[in-house]
Amino acid sequence: MWEWSPLRDWVSGIITPYWTYPFLLIVQTLIVVTCLILTMAFYTLAERKVIGWIQARRGPNRIGGLLIPGLAQPFADVVKLMFKEIIIPADANGFLFRLAPFLALVPSLAIWAVIPFAPEHAFANIDAGLLYILAMTSMGVYGVILAGWAANSKYAFLGAMRSAAQIVAYEIAMGFAMVGVLMAAGSLNVGEIIRAQQGLFGWNWTWLFPMLMVYFISGVAETNRAPFDVAEGESEIVAGFHVDYSGMAFALFFIAEYVNMILISALTVIFFFGGWLSPFDGWLPADSWLAAPGFFWFGLKTLVPMFSFLWLRATFPRYRYDQIMRLGWKALIPVTLVWLLVEGFMVYFQVGPWKGHL
Amino acid sequence: MQGIRNFLKTFLLWELLQGLWVTWKGLWAPKVTLNYPEEKTPQSNRFRGLHALRRYPNGEERCIACKLCEAVCPALAITIESDVSADGTRRTTRYDIDLFKCIFCGFCEEACPVDAIVETRLHEYHMENRGENIMSKDKLLGIGERYEAMIAADRAADARYR
Repeated sequence: MWEWSPLRDWVSGIITPYWTYPFLLIVQTLIVVTCLILTMAFYTLAERKVIGWIQARRGPNRIGGLLIPGLAQPFADVVKLMFKEIIIPADANGFLFRLAPFLALVPSLAIWAVIPFAPEHAFANIDAGLLYILAMTSMGVYGVILAGWAANSKYAFLGAMRSAAQIVAYEIAMGFAMVGVLMAAGSLNVGEIIRAQQGLFGWNWTWLFPMLMVYFISGVAETNRAPFDVAEGESEIVAGFHVDYSGMAFALFFIAEYVNMILISALTVIFFFGGWLSPFDGWLPADSWLAAPGFFWFGLKTLVPMFSFLWLRATFPRYRYDQIMRLGWKALIPVTLVWLLVEGFMVYFQVGPWKGHL
Repeated sequence: MQGIRNFLKTFLLWELLQGLWVTWKGLWAPKVTLNYPEEKTPQSNRFRGLHALRRYPNGEERCIACKLCEAVCPALAITIESDVSADGTRRTTRYDIDLFKCIFCGFCEEACPVDAIVETRLHEYHMENRGENIMSKDKLLGIGERYEAMIAADRAADARYR
Protein backbone atom coordinates (compact mmCIF):
# COMPACT_ATOMS: atom_id res chain seq x y z
CA MET A 1 0.00 0.00 0.00
CA TRP A 2 1.44 3.31 -1.03
CA GLU A 3 1.34 6.12 1.45
CA TRP A 4 0.13 8.67 -1.03
CA SER A 5 -1.74 10.95 1.32
CA PRO A 6 -3.42 13.49 -1.06
CA LEU A 7 -5.31 10.69 -2.79
CA ARG A 8 -6.13 9.02 0.53
CA ASP A 9 -7.44 12.22 2.07
CA TRP A 10 -9.50 12.96 -1.02
CA VAL A 11 -11.00 9.48 -1.12
CA SER A 12 -11.76 9.29 2.61
CA GLY A 13 -13.67 12.54 2.25
CA ILE A 14 -16.02 10.96 -0.27
CA ILE A 15 -16.55 7.42 0.99
CA THR A 16 -16.60 5.96 4.48
CA PRO A 17 -13.18 5.32 6.05
CA TYR A 18 -13.97 1.60 6.17
CA TRP A 19 -13.92 1.35 2.38
CA THR A 20 -10.97 3.70 1.82
CA TYR A 21 -8.30 1.03 2.03
CA PRO A 22 -9.84 -1.49 -0.41
CA PHE A 23 -10.83 1.31 -2.76
CA LEU A 24 -7.31 2.73 -2.85
CA LEU A 25 -5.88 -0.74 -3.34
CA ILE A 26 -8.10 -1.34 -6.35
CA VAL A 27 -7.30 2.05 -7.84
CA GLN A 28 -3.58 1.50 -7.42
CA THR A 29 -3.80 -1.99 -8.88
CA LEU A 30 -5.62 -0.60 -11.90
CA ILE A 31 -2.99 2.10 -12.33
CA VAL A 32 -0.10 -0.37 -12.17
CA VAL A 33 -1.76 -2.96 -14.43
CA THR A 34 -2.70 -0.31 -16.99
CA CYS A 35 0.84 1.06 -17.01
CA LEU A 36 2.21 -2.47 -17.37
CA ILE A 37 -0.07 -3.32 -20.28
CA LEU A 38 0.82 -0.04 -21.98
CA THR A 39 4.54 -0.69 -21.46
CA MET A 40 4.04 -4.17 -22.85
CA ALA A 41 2.21 -2.78 -25.89
CA PHE A 42 5.01 -0.39 -26.72
CA TYR A 43 7.56 -3.08 -25.91
CA THR A 44 6.16 -5.15 -28.78
CA LEU A 45 6.57 -2.12 -31.03
CA ALA A 46 10.11 -1.61 -29.72
CA GLU A 47 10.86 -5.24 -30.42
CA ARG A 48 9.75 -5.01 -34.04
CA LYS A 49 11.59 -1.72 -34.47
CA VAL A 50 14.87 -2.83 -32.86
CA ILE A 51 14.97 -6.17 -34.64
CA GLY A 52 14.12 -4.36 -37.86
CA TRP A 53 16.97 -1.90 -37.38
CA ILE A 54 19.42 -4.66 -36.61
CA GLN A 55 18.38 -6.37 -39.84
CA ALA A 56 18.76 -3.10 -41.79
CA ARG A 57 14.99 -2.74 -42.10
CA ARG A 58 12.79 0.06 -40.82
CA GLY A 59 10.25 -1.82 -38.74
CA PRO A 60 6.58 -0.85 -38.62
CA ASN A 61 6.23 2.75 -39.82
CA ARG A 62 2.83 2.98 -41.48
CA ILE A 63 0.52 4.19 -38.73
CA GLY A 64 1.10 6.65 -35.95
CA GLY A 65 2.49 10.12 -35.73
CA LEU A 66 5.06 11.77 -37.93
CA LEU A 67 7.40 12.05 -34.95
CA ILE A 68 7.76 8.30 -34.48
CA PRO A 69 6.33 6.45 -37.48
CA GLY A 70 4.53 3.31 -36.38
CA LEU A 71 3.74 4.57 -32.88
CA ALA A 72 0.11 3.41 -33.08
CA GLN A 73 1.01 -0.08 -34.32
CA PRO A 74 0.29 -1.83 -30.98
CA PHE A 75 -3.24 -0.42 -30.94
CA ALA A 76 -3.84 -1.57 -34.49
CA ASP A 77 -2.67 -5.04 -33.45
CA VAL A 78 -5.03 -5.03 -30.48
CA VAL A 79 -7.98 -4.01 -32.65
CA LYS A 80 -7.12 -6.74 -35.13
CA LEU A 81 -6.90 -9.40 -32.43
CA MET A 82 -10.15 -8.23 -30.80
CA PHE A 83 -12.09 -8.79 -33.99
CA LYS A 84 -10.72 -12.27 -34.57
CA GLU A 85 -12.75 -15.31 -33.69
CA ILE A 86 -11.53 -17.40 -30.77
CA ILE A 87 -11.59 -20.91 -32.15
CA ILE A 88 -11.81 -23.81 -29.72
CA PRO A 89 -10.84 -27.09 -31.38
CA ALA A 90 -13.57 -29.74 -31.34
CA ASP A 91 -11.47 -32.31 -29.46
CA ALA A 92 -9.95 -29.84 -27.03
CA ASN A 93 -10.71 -29.85 -23.33
CA GLY A 94 -12.84 -26.74 -23.37
CA PHE A 95 -12.53 -25.77 -19.71
CA LEU A 96 -8.75 -26.05 -19.49
CA PHE A 97 -8.39 -24.53 -22.93
CA ARG A 98 -10.21 -21.44 -21.72
CA LEU A 99 -8.49 -21.42 -18.33
CA ALA A 100 -4.88 -21.71 -19.56
CA PRO A 101 -4.41 -18.14 -20.87
CA PHE A 102 -5.49 -16.74 -17.51
CA LEU A 103 -3.19 -19.12 -15.65
CA ALA A 104 -0.35 -17.79 -17.77
CA LEU A 105 -1.28 -14.13 -17.34
CA VAL A 106 -2.28 -13.89 -13.69
CA PRO A 107 1.03 -14.95 -12.08
CA SER A 108 3.02 -12.63 -14.34
CA LEU A 109 0.88 -9.71 -13.15
CA ALA A 110 0.68 -10.89 -9.53
CA ILE A 111 4.45 -10.74 -9.05
CA TRP A 112 4.35 -6.97 -9.44
CA ALA A 113 2.72 -6.79 -6.03
CA VAL A 114 6.10 -7.08 -4.32
CA ILE A 115 8.17 -5.04 -6.77
CA PRO A 116 9.25 -1.74 -5.16
CA PHE A 117 8.95 0.91 -7.85
CA ALA A 118 10.49 3.55 -5.63
CA PRO A 119 11.50 3.69 -1.96
CA GLU A 120 8.49 2.56 0.13
CA HIS A 121 6.40 2.22 -3.03
CA ALA A 122 5.46 -1.45 -3.23
CA PHE A 123 1.97 -2.88 -2.86
CA ALA A 124 3.01 -5.49 -0.37
CA ASN A 125 6.19 -4.91 1.59
CA ILE A 126 6.36 -8.54 2.69
CA ASP A 127 9.41 -10.16 4.24
CA ALA A 128 9.17 -13.31 2.09
CA GLY A 129 9.15 -11.26 -1.14
CA LEU A 130 11.87 -13.30 -2.79
CA LEU A 131 10.09 -16.58 -2.05
CA TYR A 132 6.88 -15.12 -3.41
CA ILE A 133 8.67 -14.14 -6.62
CA LEU A 134 10.14 -17.64 -6.99
CA ALA A 135 6.76 -19.26 -6.38
CA MET A 136 4.90 -17.03 -8.80
CA THR A 137 7.41 -17.34 -11.64
CA SER A 138 7.04 -21.11 -11.33
CA MET A 139 3.25 -20.80 -11.46
CA GLY A 140 3.41 -19.29 -14.95
CA VAL A 141 4.45 -22.61 -16.44
CA TYR A 142 1.09 -24.16 -15.54
CA GLY A 143 -0.60 -21.97 -18.12
CA VAL A 144 1.84 -23.14 -20.77
CA ILE A 145 1.53 -26.82 -19.88
CA LEU A 146 -2.25 -26.75 -19.64
CA ALA A 147 -2.54 -24.84 -22.92
CA GLY A 148 -0.41 -27.45 -24.64
CA TRP A 149 -2.30 -30.33 -23.13
CA ALA A 150 -5.84 -28.98 -23.48
CA ALA A 151 -5.48 -28.17 -27.18
CA ASN A 152 -5.19 -31.89 -27.96
CA SER A 153 -2.62 -31.29 -30.68
CA LYS A 154 0.77 -32.95 -30.88
CA TYR A 155 2.60 -29.73 -31.72
CA ALA A 156 1.10 -27.95 -28.74
CA PHE A 157 1.83 -30.94 -26.54
CA LEU A 158 5.46 -31.09 -27.66
CA GLY A 159 5.81 -27.40 -26.94
CA ALA A 160 4.32 -27.83 -23.48
CA MET A 161 6.62 -30.74 -22.64
CA ARG A 162 9.67 -28.83 -23.81
CA SER A 163 8.64 -25.81 -21.83
CA ALA A 164 8.10 -27.87 -18.68
CA ALA A 165 11.50 -29.56 -18.86
CA GLN A 166 13.21 -26.29 -19.67
CA ILE A 167 11.62 -24.40 -16.81
CA VAL A 168 12.45 -27.16 -14.32
CA ALA A 169 16.09 -27.00 -15.43
CA TYR A 170 16.42 -23.23 -15.36
CA GLU A 171 14.35 -22.62 -12.25
CA ILE A 172 17.06 -24.32 -10.22
CA ALA A 173 19.85 -22.17 -11.61
CA MET A 174 17.67 -19.10 -11.14
CA GLY A 175 16.91 -20.10 -7.55
CA PHE A 176 20.60 -20.55 -6.78
CA ALA A 177 21.37 -17.16 -8.30
CA MET A 178 18.73 -15.67 -6.00
CA VAL A 179 20.33 -17.44 -3.06
CA GLY A 180 23.52 -15.57 -3.96
CA VAL A 181 21.62 -12.29 -3.82
CA LEU A 182 20.05 -13.37 -0.57
CA MET A 183 23.48 -14.01 0.95
CA ALA A 184 24.63 -10.56 -0.13
CA ALA A 185 21.58 -8.78 1.25
CA GLY A 186 20.81 -10.90 4.27
CA SER A 187 17.08 -10.51 3.70
CA LEU A 188 14.26 -11.92 1.60
CA ASN A 189 12.50 -8.56 1.57
CA VAL A 190 12.88 -7.00 -1.87
CA GLY A 191 13.15 -3.48 -0.48
CA GLU A 192 15.87 -4.63 1.94
CA ILE A 193 17.76 -6.27 -0.94
CA ILE A 194 17.89 -2.91 -2.68
CA ARG A 195 18.83 -1.02 0.47
CA ALA A 196 21.71 -3.43 1.08
CA GLN A 197 23.25 -2.26 -2.21
CA GLN A 198 23.71 1.36 -1.16
CA GLY A 199 27.07 3.05 -1.32
CA LEU A 200 30.13 3.12 -3.55
CA PHE A 201 30.38 -0.04 -5.67
CA GLY A 202 27.55 -1.41 -3.59
CA TRP A 203 25.54 -2.86 -6.44
CA ASN A 204 25.61 -6.62 -6.44
CA TRP A 205 26.73 -7.10 -10.02
CA THR A 206 30.41 -6.53 -9.26
CA TRP A 207 30.74 -9.28 -6.64
CA LEU A 208 28.02 -11.50 -8.06
CA PHE A 209 28.87 -11.13 -11.75
CA PRO A 210 28.57 -14.89 -12.51
CA MET A 211 25.24 -14.86 -10.68
CA LEU A 212 24.09 -11.95 -12.81
CA MET A 213 24.93 -13.82 -16.02
CA VAL A 214 23.26 -17.00 -14.78
CA TYR A 215 20.21 -15.09 -13.61
CA PHE A 216 19.73 -13.23 -16.86
CA ILE A 217 20.30 -16.30 -19.04
CA SER A 218 17.88 -18.31 -16.90
CA GLY A 219 15.45 -15.42 -17.11
CA VAL A 220 15.57 -15.50 -20.89
CA ALA A 221 15.00 -19.26 -20.81
CA GLU A 222 12.25 -18.87 -18.22
CA THR A 223 10.26 -16.48 -20.41
CA ASN A 224 10.63 -18.80 -23.43
CA ARG A 225 12.40 -16.12 -25.42
CA ALA A 226 14.92 -16.57 -28.22
CA PRO A 227 17.44 -18.21 -28.18
CA PHE A 228 15.62 -20.52 -25.76
CA ASP A 229 12.22 -20.43 -27.44
CA VAL A 230 11.94 -24.13 -28.22
CA ALA A 231 8.51 -24.15 -26.54
CA GLU A 232 7.29 -21.98 -29.41
CA GLY A 233 9.84 -23.01 -32.02
CA GLU A 234 7.86 -21.80 -35.01
CA SER A 235 10.18 -23.50 -37.49
CA GLU A 236 9.87 -26.87 -35.75
CA ILE A 237 6.50 -27.14 -34.03
CA VAL A 238 4.55 -24.29 -35.68
CA ALA A 239 3.94 -22.15 -32.60
CA GLY A 240 4.32 -24.65 -29.80
CA PHE A 241 1.89 -24.50 -26.94
CA HIS A 242 -0.33 -21.77 -28.41
CA VAL A 243 -0.81 -23.19 -31.93
CA ASP A 244 -4.55 -23.53 -31.51
CA TYR A 245 -5.18 -20.19 -29.84
CA SER A 246 -6.44 -17.24 -31.83
CA GLY A 247 -7.69 -13.74 -31.20
CA MET A 248 -7.60 -12.38 -27.68
CA ALA A 249 -6.91 -15.84 -26.18
CA PHE A 250 -3.60 -15.78 -28.02
CA ALA A 251 -3.12 -12.16 -27.02
CA LEU A 252 -3.32 -13.14 -23.35
CA PHE A 253 -0.34 -15.49 -23.80
CA PHE A 254 1.41 -12.74 -25.67
CA ILE A 255 0.79 -10.23 -22.89
CA ALA A 256 1.95 -12.76 -20.30
CA GLU A 257 5.18 -13.38 -22.17
CA TYR A 258 5.99 -9.69 -22.54
CA VAL A 259 5.01 -8.78 -18.99
CA ASN A 260 7.29 -11.60 -17.86
CA MET A 261 10.11 -10.12 -19.91
CA ILE A 262 9.60 -6.73 -18.28
CA LEU A 263 9.45 -8.47 -14.93
CA ILE A 264 12.72 -10.36 -15.44
CA SER A 265 14.32 -7.06 -16.48
CA ALA A 266 12.99 -5.34 -13.38
CA LEU A 267 14.16 -8.19 -11.14
CA THR A 268 17.62 -8.16 -12.72
CA VAL A 269 17.82 -4.46 -11.92
CA ILE A 270 16.55 -4.99 -8.37
CA PHE A 271 18.87 -7.89 -7.56
CA PHE A 272 22.04 -6.75 -9.28
CA PHE A 273 21.81 -3.07 -10.24
CA GLY A 274 20.42 -1.49 -7.12
CA GLY A 275 16.72 -1.13 -8.06
CA TRP A 276 15.63 2.45 -7.47
CA LEU A 277 19.06 3.55 -6.21
CA SER A 278 20.72 6.30 -8.19
CA PRO A 279 23.92 5.38 -10.07
CA PHE A 280 25.47 8.55 -8.57
CA ASP A 281 24.65 7.38 -5.07
CA GLY A 282 27.85 7.76 -3.03
CA TRP A 283 29.64 9.66 -5.81
CA LEU A 284 27.76 12.94 -5.53
CA PRO A 285 26.75 14.59 -2.25
CA ALA A 286 23.66 12.95 -0.82
CA ASP A 287 21.49 16.07 -1.13
CA SER A 288 22.08 16.36 -4.89
CA TRP A 289 18.98 15.54 -6.94
CA LEU A 290 20.98 13.19 -9.17
CA ALA A 291 21.86 11.04 -6.19
CA ALA A 292 18.27 10.79 -4.98
CA PRO A 293 16.71 7.35 -5.39
CA GLY A 294 13.39 7.09 -7.19
CA PHE A 295 11.23 5.55 -9.87
CA PHE A 296 13.15 7.44 -12.54
CA TRP A 297 16.33 5.41 -11.99
CA PHE A 298 14.41 2.16 -11.64
CA GLY A 299 12.63 2.70 -14.96
CA LEU A 300 15.76 3.87 -16.73
CA LYS A 301 17.81 0.90 -15.55
CA THR A 302 15.04 -1.56 -16.42
CA LEU A 303 15.19 -0.44 -20.04
CA VAL A 304 18.70 -1.88 -20.43
CA PRO A 305 17.86 -5.56 -19.78
CA MET A 306 14.64 -5.04 -21.72
CA PHE A 307 16.70 -3.97 -24.71
CA SER A 308 19.04 -6.92 -24.17
CA PHE A 309 16.09 -9.30 -24.59
CA LEU A 310 15.48 -7.90 -28.07
CA TRP A 311 19.17 -7.76 -28.85
CA LEU A 312 19.63 -11.41 -27.93
CA ARG A 313 16.65 -12.40 -30.05
CA ALA A 314 18.04 -10.60 -33.07
CA THR A 315 21.50 -12.10 -32.62
CA PHE A 316 21.32 -15.77 -31.73
CA PRO A 317 19.80 -18.75 -33.51
CA ARG A 318 17.61 -21.06 -31.46
CA TYR A 319 19.40 -23.59 -29.25
CA ARG A 320 18.84 -27.23 -30.00
CA TYR A 321 16.80 -28.92 -27.28
CA ASP A 322 19.64 -31.08 -25.90
CA GLN A 323 21.93 -28.06 -25.91
CA ILE A 324 19.44 -26.19 -23.75
CA MET A 325 19.38 -29.06 -21.29
CA ARG A 326 23.18 -29.27 -21.27
CA LEU A 327 23.54 -25.53 -20.69
CA GLY A 328 21.01 -25.57 -17.88
CA TRP A 329 22.17 -28.63 -15.98
CA LYS A 330 25.87 -28.83 -16.80
CA ALA A 331 26.90 -25.19 -17.08
CA LEU A 332 24.63 -22.79 -15.20
CA ILE A 333 23.95 -24.87 -12.08
CA PRO A 334 27.65 -25.74 -11.47
CA VAL A 335 28.59 -22.08 -11.97
CA THR A 336 26.08 -20.95 -9.37
CA LEU A 337 27.15 -23.70 -6.93
CA VAL A 338 30.82 -22.75 -7.24
CA TRP A 339 30.08 -19.07 -6.83
CA LEU A 340 27.88 -19.73 -3.80
CA LEU A 341 30.91 -21.45 -2.26
CA VAL A 342 33.16 -18.51 -3.18
CA GLU A 343 30.61 -16.12 -1.75
CA GLY A 344 30.43 -18.20 1.39
CA PHE A 345 34.18 -17.82 1.85
CA MET A 346 33.94 -14.10 1.15
CA VAL A 347 31.28 -13.74 3.81
CA TYR A 348 33.21 -15.89 6.29
CA PHE A 349 36.49 -14.02 5.84
CA GLN A 350 34.63 -10.71 5.53
CA VAL A 351 36.04 -9.72 2.14
CA GLY A 352 34.68 -6.88 0.04
CA PRO A 353 31.16 -5.71 0.83
CA TRP A 354 30.88 -8.14 3.73
CA LYS A 355 33.51 -6.21 5.71
CA GLY A 356 32.14 -5.81 9.21
CA HIS A 357 29.40 -8.40 8.85
CA LEU A 358 28.84 -11.24 11.34
CA MET B 1 46.77 -25.59 -23.85
CA GLN B 2 44.43 -25.28 -26.82
CA GLY B 3 41.83 -27.15 -24.81
CA ILE B 4 42.07 -24.69 -21.92
CA ARG B 5 41.84 -21.75 -24.27
CA ASN B 6 38.78 -23.22 -25.97
CA PHE B 7 37.19 -23.87 -22.60
CA LEU B 8 37.79 -20.30 -21.47
CA LYS B 9 36.45 -18.98 -24.77
CA THR B 10 33.25 -20.98 -24.35
CA PHE B 11 32.93 -20.17 -20.67
CA LEU B 12 33.39 -16.43 -21.08
CA LEU B 13 30.83 -16.43 -23.94
CA TRP B 14 33.49 -14.87 -26.16
CA GLU B 15 31.92 -15.84 -29.49
CA LEU B 16 28.46 -14.86 -28.29
CA LEU B 17 29.81 -11.41 -27.38
CA GLN B 18 31.36 -11.15 -30.84
CA GLY B 19 27.96 -11.94 -32.32
CA LEU B 20 26.32 -9.30 -30.15
CA TRP B 21 28.90 -6.77 -31.35
CA VAL B 22 28.00 -7.54 -34.97
CA THR B 23 24.30 -6.94 -34.37
CA TRP B 24 25.09 -3.82 -32.32
CA LYS B 25 26.87 -2.38 -35.35
CA GLY B 26 23.92 -3.45 -37.49
CA LEU B 27 21.61 -1.43 -35.27
CA TRP B 28 23.24 1.79 -36.45
CA ALA B 29 23.76 0.79 -40.07
CA PRO B 30 21.77 2.67 -42.72
CA LYS B 31 18.38 1.11 -43.41
CA VAL B 32 17.97 -0.22 -46.92
CA THR B 33 14.21 -0.81 -47.02
CA LEU B 34 12.32 1.52 -49.35
CA ASN B 35 9.17 3.20 -48.10
CA TYR B 36 7.29 1.34 -50.80
CA PRO B 37 4.29 3.36 -51.92
CA GLU B 38 6.26 6.59 -51.66
CA GLU B 39 9.56 5.26 -52.95
CA LYS B 40 9.91 2.64 -55.64
CA THR B 41 12.79 0.60 -56.98
CA PRO B 42 13.90 1.40 -60.55
CA GLN B 43 12.20 -0.89 -63.04
CA SER B 44 13.71 -2.52 -66.11
CA ASN B 45 12.00 -1.98 -69.44
CA ARG B 46 11.94 -5.78 -69.68
CA PHE B 47 9.78 -6.04 -66.57
CA ARG B 48 7.13 -8.74 -67.00
CA GLY B 49 3.89 -7.68 -65.37
CA LEU B 50 0.27 -7.57 -66.42
CA HIS B 51 -0.49 -8.67 -69.99
CA ALA B 52 -1.88 -6.55 -72.81
CA LEU B 53 -3.00 -7.10 -76.40
CA ARG B 54 -1.79 -4.48 -78.87
CA ARG B 55 -3.25 -2.95 -81.99
CA TYR B 56 -1.55 -1.56 -85.11
CA PRO B 57 -1.46 2.23 -85.35
CA ASN B 58 -4.40 2.11 -87.76
CA GLY B 59 -6.47 0.40 -85.06
CA GLU B 60 -6.35 -3.08 -86.48
CA GLU B 61 -5.86 -5.90 -83.99
CA ARG B 62 -2.40 -7.42 -84.19
CA CYS B 63 -3.42 -10.87 -83.02
CA ILE B 64 -3.96 -13.33 -85.87
CA ALA B 65 -5.05 -16.29 -83.69
CA CYS B 66 -1.99 -18.39 -84.57
CA LYS B 67 -2.22 -19.91 -81.05
CA LEU B 68 1.57 -20.08 -80.65
CA CYS B 69 1.27 -18.43 -77.25
CA GLU B 70 -1.35 -20.95 -76.19
CA ALA B 71 0.98 -23.73 -77.31
CA VAL B 72 4.09 -22.35 -75.61
CA CYS B 73 2.44 -21.41 -72.33
CA PRO B 74 3.98 -23.71 -69.71
CA ALA B 75 1.19 -23.06 -67.21
CA LEU B 76 -1.65 -23.56 -69.71
CA ALA B 77 -2.99 -20.17 -68.70
CA ILE B 78 -4.05 -19.04 -72.20
CA THR B 79 -7.27 -20.16 -73.91
CA ILE B 80 -7.94 -19.05 -77.49
CA GLU B 81 -10.88 -19.62 -79.84
CA SER B 82 -10.87 -18.24 -83.37
CA ASP B 83 -13.20 -17.64 -86.27
CA VAL B 84 -13.30 -15.82 -89.57
CA SER B 85 -14.14 -12.20 -89.00
CA ALA B 86 -16.41 -9.99 -91.10
CA ASP B 87 -13.51 -8.78 -93.29
CA GLY B 88 -12.44 -12.35 -94.02
CA THR B 89 -9.35 -12.38 -91.76
CA ARG B 90 -8.72 -14.90 -89.02
CA ARG B 91 -9.33 -13.35 -85.60
CA THR B 92 -9.75 -14.55 -82.05
CA THR B 93 -13.26 -14.70 -80.67
CA ARG B 94 -11.95 -15.50 -77.24
CA TYR B 95 -8.57 -14.74 -75.72
CA ASP B 96 -8.44 -15.52 -71.98
CA ILE B 97 -5.43 -15.43 -69.67
CA ASP B 98 -5.93 -16.88 -66.23
CA LEU B 99 -3.72 -14.73 -63.98
CA PHE B 100 -3.80 -17.33 -61.24
CA LYS B 101 -2.18 -19.84 -63.57
CA CYS B 102 0.19 -17.43 -65.29
CA ILE B 103 3.78 -17.56 -64.04
CA PHE B 104 4.84 -14.40 -65.91
CA CYS B 105 7.61 -16.22 -67.80
CA GLY B 106 7.18 -14.07 -70.91
CA PHE B 107 7.15 -17.01 -73.33
CA CYS B 108 3.87 -15.83 -74.93
CA GLU B 109 5.51 -12.52 -75.75
CA GLU B 110 8.57 -14.32 -77.19
CA ALA B 111 6.41 -16.67 -79.25
CA CYS B 112 4.15 -14.03 -80.75
CA PRO B 113 5.08 -13.37 -84.44
CA VAL B 114 3.20 -10.05 -84.58
CA ASP B 115 4.02 -8.63 -81.11
CA ALA B 116 0.34 -8.77 -80.18
CA ILE B 117 0.50 -10.19 -76.67
CA VAL B 118 2.96 -8.32 -74.46
CA GLU B 119 3.71 -8.07 -70.80
CA THR B 120 3.64 -4.53 -69.46
CA ARG B 121 5.33 -3.02 -66.45
CA LEU B 122 2.09 -2.92 -64.48
CA HIS B 123 2.34 -4.97 -61.34
CA GLU B 124 0.18 -3.10 -58.84
CA TYR B 125 -3.23 -4.61 -59.44
CA HIS B 126 -5.59 -6.70 -57.38
CA MET B 127 -8.79 -8.71 -57.65
CA GLU B 128 -11.74 -8.43 -55.34
CA ASN B 129 -14.12 -11.01 -56.75
CA ARG B 130 -14.02 -14.51 -58.10
CA GLY B 131 -13.56 -14.50 -61.87
CA GLU B 132 -11.62 -11.25 -62.01
CA ASN B 133 -8.48 -13.32 -62.41
CA ILE B 134 -9.55 -14.14 -66.00
CA MET B 135 -8.22 -11.47 -68.33
CA SER B 136 -10.63 -11.50 -71.27
CA LYS B 137 -9.85 -10.19 -74.73
CA ASP B 138 -11.67 -6.92 -74.03
CA LYS B 139 -9.72 -6.27 -70.89
CA LEU B 140 -6.40 -7.12 -72.53
CA LEU B 141 -7.11 -4.86 -75.50
CA GLY B 142 -8.18 -2.14 -73.10
CA ILE B 143 -4.90 -2.29 -71.24
CA GLY B 144 -3.08 -2.28 -74.57
CA GLU B 145 -4.88 0.87 -75.71
CA ARG B 146 -4.37 2.66 -72.46
CA TYR B 147 -0.66 1.94 -72.08
CA GLU B 148 0.34 1.79 -75.77
CA ALA B 149 2.83 4.64 -75.38
CA MET B 150 4.66 2.88 -72.54
CA ILE B 151 4.56 -0.50 -74.28
CA ALA B 152 5.90 0.91 -77.55
CA ALA B 153 8.68 2.83 -75.76
CA ASP B 154 9.77 -0.27 -73.86
CA ARG B 155 9.83 -2.37 -77.04
CA ALA B 156 11.80 0.32 -78.87
CA ALA B 157 14.36 0.54 -76.06
CA ASP B 158 14.87 -3.20 -76.16
CA ALA B 159 14.78 -3.62 -79.93
CA ARG B 160 18.53 -3.54 -80.57
CA TYR B 161 19.18 -6.44 -78.19
CA ARG B 162 16.75 -8.73 -79.97
